[in-house]
Amino acid sequence: MFRTAQTFFGLLVVTFLLMPIVAILPLAFTSSVFLTYPIEEYSLRWFVELTTADAWRLSIMNSLIIGLGATLLSTVLGTLAALGLRTKALPFANLLRTMFLLPMVVPAVVLGVGMQMLFVNLGVASTYPGVIIAHAVLCVPFVIVSVSASLQGIDPSVEKAASSLGASPVKVFRRVTLPLALPGIISGAVFAFATSLDEVVITLFVAGPNQRTLARQMFSSIRENISPTVVAAALLLIIGTLCLGGLAALLRWRQERIALRAAP
Amino acid sequence: MQPFIQFESVSKSFGSMTVIDSLDLTIHKGEFLSLLGPSGSGKTTILMMLAGFERPTRGTITLDGMRIDQLPPHRREMGVVFQNYALFPHMTVAENVAFPLEMKRLPRHEIARKVARALDMVRLGSLKNRRPSQLSGGQQQRVALTRALVFEPRVILMDEPLGALDKQLREHMQLEIRELHKRLGLTIVFVTHDQSEALTMSDRIAVFNAGKIEQIDSPHAIYDTPRTRFVAQFIGETNLIEADVVNVQNGHATIALGADLAAKVRSGPELQAGQKALFSLRPERMRLGAEPAGDNSLGMTITDCIYHGDHMRVQLARGNFTFTARCERLAGDWTVGTQVVVSFDPRDCTVLTS
Ligand SMILES: Nc1ncnc2c1ncn2[C@@H]1O[C@H](COP(=O)(O)OP(=O)(O)O)[C@@H](O)[C@H]1O
Ligand SMILES: [Mg+2]
Repeated sequence: MFRTAQTFFGLLVVTFLLMPIVAILPLAFTSSVFLTYPIEEYSLRWFVELTTADAWRLSIMNSLIIGLGATLLSTVLGTLAALGLRTKALPFANLLRTMFLLPMVVPAVVLGVGMQMLFVNLGVASTYPGVIIAHAVLCVPFVIVSVSASLQGIDPSVEKAASSLGASPVKVFRRVTLPLALPGIISGAVFAFATSLDEVVITLFVAGPNQRTLARQMFSSIRENISPTVVAAALLLIIGTLCLGGLAALLRWRQERIALRAAP
Repeated sequence: MQPFIQFESVSKSFGSMTVIDSLDLTIHKGEFLSLLGPSGSGKTTILMMLAGFERPTRGTITLDGMRIDQLPPHRREMGVVFQNYALFPHMTVAENVAFPLEMKRLPRHEIARKVARALDMVRLGSLKNRRPSQLSGGQQQRVALTRALVFEPRVILMDEPLGALDKQLREHMQLEIRELHKRLGLTIVFVTHDQSEALTMSDRIAVFNAGKIEQIDSPHAIYDTPRTRFVAQFIGETNLIEADVVNVQNGHATIALGADLAAKVRSGPELQAGQKALFSLRPERMRLGAEPAGDNSLGMTITDCIYHGDHMRVQLARGNFTFTARCERLAGDWTVGTQVVVSFDPRDCTVLTS
């Protein structure tokens, strides 16, 4: 009885979560200019529109440029931070860790306002580097969490063994620590990219018309004219995110297997 | 044998806790030295100072006359075998073993040759492409050992390397390590809390208690002539009795064990009449019989018999004075309550005065 109720409730939640997506996505394939059912004729015209209309094409390019830039920057910084936080004798390690993770909980609006003021003063407002830095701030916590988890899975005696076998600290890092942390670094990068991809709020504050990202473009086009292009873009984003999520899950699974191996 | 490794008044503190207190220790070239002691006595700390993962708070460590206590681990050329093996999980067996050789920048073909030879030596040649996770505990242990040996380090350090193995495999590995030690003339420092392991494998044993060496000697001397109460109790089983030295005469002393009990023991120069002393006698050095025999014969009553398969453990009492004896079998009609005579040789008794 209880089990049935449980299953029923579970299905209800899943339906609630998926309904909006299921309800709207088929409209990406409509040939009509209106976002309405029933779909009379199927076509790919909105996908074509997505790749040919300047505003959309530019925004997709921007999303890729900014996403890759933010991923690169946040992965490097986040990995370094995670490595630093692992140092045994680091003072205020917990305080530092909390500070690094703060962007996860601080409202994006607050960050956005602050960054806009700061960026204007620094002269990087409405520039690619500015948007990339702003996105990276949001992405760094995901990288730190992911890399820290994989570093935690490394048995410290494995690194000690390497140095007793003649490896200098640099060699230990390159031959042992980095390979063992790599799945965590990659899955952190995937999270970072996904975060940058669907970030709107901060982008609204710090990006100019030239840095309009796909998510931002969807946001404004839905207010101006609701065309099925938005849905086609949404489908694109969902597929991209699903692929990235799948990649992250795969890496996590591999990482767990390696962690399992490390423990005898 | 020349001194090879030397600890000179080495102390190590973590915060306000002193773990090693002014340790002096000499290790000879080619010897198998065991560090034996209860958990928490500082054995791992000593090994870690030797390997370079901990720095002494005070004192110096020298190897072959050169100070090493400030050298980083990778420049000490010591092969360390960790308690949990610490194999590289992302490398195959062959890659694990090749690692120290690559660090030495040996040419590729020489590395391949040495790895193959080393793996064949421990009969792991057929497993060279496996990952550590695909090996049994004993095989992982052998890989860890091979990896520590292959680059011809100056010393091999092992921290309870056999602790995780089951009894049979452990005994097998003990023999294998001993054999490698002899064949390759290795200097081995071996940490264990298992006394029988230390007794069977070592040239010398250093018995630790609370960061200090209680005694350092051959296994024989440690077992037969313990110098402190701790050593007598920690190694093997013994009957310890507070006693008084009654008199000392040409190499022998008489010890009062109780009101009406005395034992004759062999005496060194340290015993003096009137001293308080601690009398120690191993259970297996007692003989039970019907008639008095030899210098020491005490009439006692059997209070309990415990069967152990290959031997019996017999509890004996006389008044409030008790002994535990170990014998292979009892005479047929002996049971709890039987009066027997316990006899033992003066040479088998140990008397501690401090
Ligand atoms: N890094 C450390 N920090 C604080 N205390 C430590 C550290 N390493 C060891 N100790 C303490 O030193 C004592 C001896 O430890 P250890 O050398 O590991 O003993 P053993 O190997 O003989 O069991 C223990 O009380 C342990 O708690
Ligand atoms: Mg230990």
